[in-house]
Amino acid sequence: MTALSGRWSRRGRWTGIATLVTVLALLPLILRTPYALSTLVLIGIYSIVTIGLCLLMGYAGQVSLGQAAFFGLGAYGSAILTTHLRWSPWLAMPVSAVFTAIVAYLIGVPIFRLHGHYLAMGTLAFGIIVTIFLSEWKEYTGGPSGLPGIPRLTLRGTPIKTDLAYYYLVWAFAIVALIIALNVVDSRFGRALRAIRDSEPAAQSLGIEISSYKLRTLALSAVYASVAGSLHAHYMIFVSPNACDLDLSIRLVLMAAVGGLASIWGAPFGTALVILLTLVLREIIPLLSGYGSGEHQIIAYGALLVVIMIFMPQGLSATVSRTWRRMGGLDGLRRRLRRAP
Amino acid sequence: MPDYDFSDYLQFLISGASTGSIYVLIALGLVFIYNVTGVINLAQGEFAMLGAMLGVVFYKANLPLGVSALLAVICVVGIGALIQRLTIHPARRAPEVSVIMITIGTAIAVRGLALLVWGTTPHSLPDFSPGSPVRLWGAVLGRQRLWIVGTAAVVLLILYLFFEFTLLGKAVRACAIDRQAAELVGVDTQGMALLAYGIGAGMSAIAGIVIAPLTLVSYNMGLSLGLKGFVVSIMGGMVSAPAAVVGGLLLGILESLASGLLSSGIKDAVAFVVLFAVLLGRTMNLGEHLRFRGRS
Repeated sequence: MTALSGRWSRRGRWTGIATLVTVLALLPLILRTPYALSTLVLIGIYSIVTIGLCLLMGYAGQVSLGQAAFFGLGAYGSAILTTHLRWSPWLAMPVSAVFTAIVAYLIGVPIFRLHGHYLAMGTLAFGIIVTIFLSEWKEYTGGPSGLPGIPRLTLRGTPIKTDLAYYYLVWAFAIVALIIALNVVDSRFGRALRAIRDSEPAAQSLGIEISSYKLRTLALSAVYASVAGSLHAHYMIFVSPNACDLDLSIRLVLMAAVGGLASIWGAPFGTALVILLTLVLREIIPLLSGYGSGEHQIIAYGALLVVIMIFMPQGLSATVSRTWRRMGGLDGLRRRLRRAP
Repeated sequence: MPDYDFSDYLQFLISGASTGSIYVLIALGLVFIYNVTGVINLAQGEFAMLGAMLGVVFYKANLPLGVSALLAVICVVGIGALIQRLTIHPARRAPEVSVIMITIGTAIAVRGLALLVWGTTPHSLPDFSPGSPVRLWGAVLGRQRLWIVGTAAVVLLILYLFFEFTLLGKAVRACAIDRQAAELVGVDTQGMALLAYGIGAGMSAIAGIVIAPLTLVSYNMGLSLGLKGFVVSIMGGMVSAPAAVVGGLLLGILESLASGLLSSGIKDAVAFVVLFAVLLGRTMNLGEHLRFRGRS
């Protein structure tokens, strides 16, 4: 695989993380409008889901079309525990995550014993069931109109109210998620996953228990999604079934694909690109077609997914970095600039 | 709970069987494409939507209903082949994950295009033969339901004859059994893949058109049809056509019973409960005894 697939040297990795942290810390100095900040918060939240999805799709080789359902379980778990039962948000978040992991495990057990691509459909069906369930279980979830009045996250007793503070909090979570994922990929566990992805029979003959590894990866990605869902719920102080439907699942898959399925580093970039694309499309599409329904975006999502999978199966970031290397990297650029008049 | 007598159950049974026939057509298209090309085509439901939509378009252009239906099916066969060439063929050496995602992307793009072209308002298609419903032992059957079951039966018969008695059908079957071996004896496997996609798309289109008079035609009808087709095809382990036929009828009848006896809201959940039951059952190898063909 390419250098982006997580096989960086340890030093390179920490340099990368330090660079990312610096950029993220300085970004609010340039992008100060509330709109930009809330976009950055959302990019952070979805990046967490996408990093988990990369582990599942890129390393375990399984597609999940129900990642939004895990996101929803986290969001609703936090929402219900903090509003109906008045738990602390910091307690509700891990409890929801554990619950979501158990659910993921239970779904995975029957699916992973089978070969082939049953997980895509199983998770798709699961996602639809969860959406139906969230809109029908009205006493606790508030039905289709959602559940308002979720408390904000607190830090030392004071609620985190500003977008700026939430931005730093969310990205702290995202960085931790990134580091954990990079470590997973570089560990014995990650090597086993890569072996499974490359050849299941070969991995099995080496004594790797395939279904158990896939199952644990699914549960881990579900935990990522659940934590992101909790963060989303406390940021929006509102949850609704719309925020975790099939459309989101598909967008998450697209984000992971744009970043590169097997690229943990690509995940935040893919997420950012897709969210920015969504914002741009929201401006452009009403100009092109008479009626401005937001759903037209799905044409672009679909087409983009197909094009990326055919022409850049390793994601946009891998393609960019390959082109960069072909052009000779930084030296090449300098040379080219010098040659130019 | 109101009392039900024999005629009510008969009613549920037959209307369920007609919906089930739709699932059978879509599922067989899926099984067919999967066995010949190795691709699980998640855009299968969108072909049904396209078939129904194009049928509406031609009908509104004042063509007779039969001609409209035929033209729509032919168009969708072409579209299916085109999609295979444009999206599946270039990625034929890509890993399974990529191919699945390509078919998902195709499904979404097609749905979005349909939304752009035809809007959100549902369209309708008239019954194939309007008239009073048929009565059978106290059960009242809409004529369209008979059309559905009849069409499905005819399509199945034609497919059977095609696969058993024509050279082309045998070549397609050879691809399904062993692609490499087929290639070695001179079968054009790429051509067969194209053919499989075309026929699979056409079967879905037929399903979409015959059900259109009962349900309205809208841009998003494909998702649920495709999902149910998939559930049914899994019942046959993705390889068995007879099991898919039985499974499709069973799912239709279960749905019809659930919505008749329990509540109509629960109808859509039935398919997914069945899916999980089937996955669990396959895990425990219950299916081994029910399968009609060898191991997958």
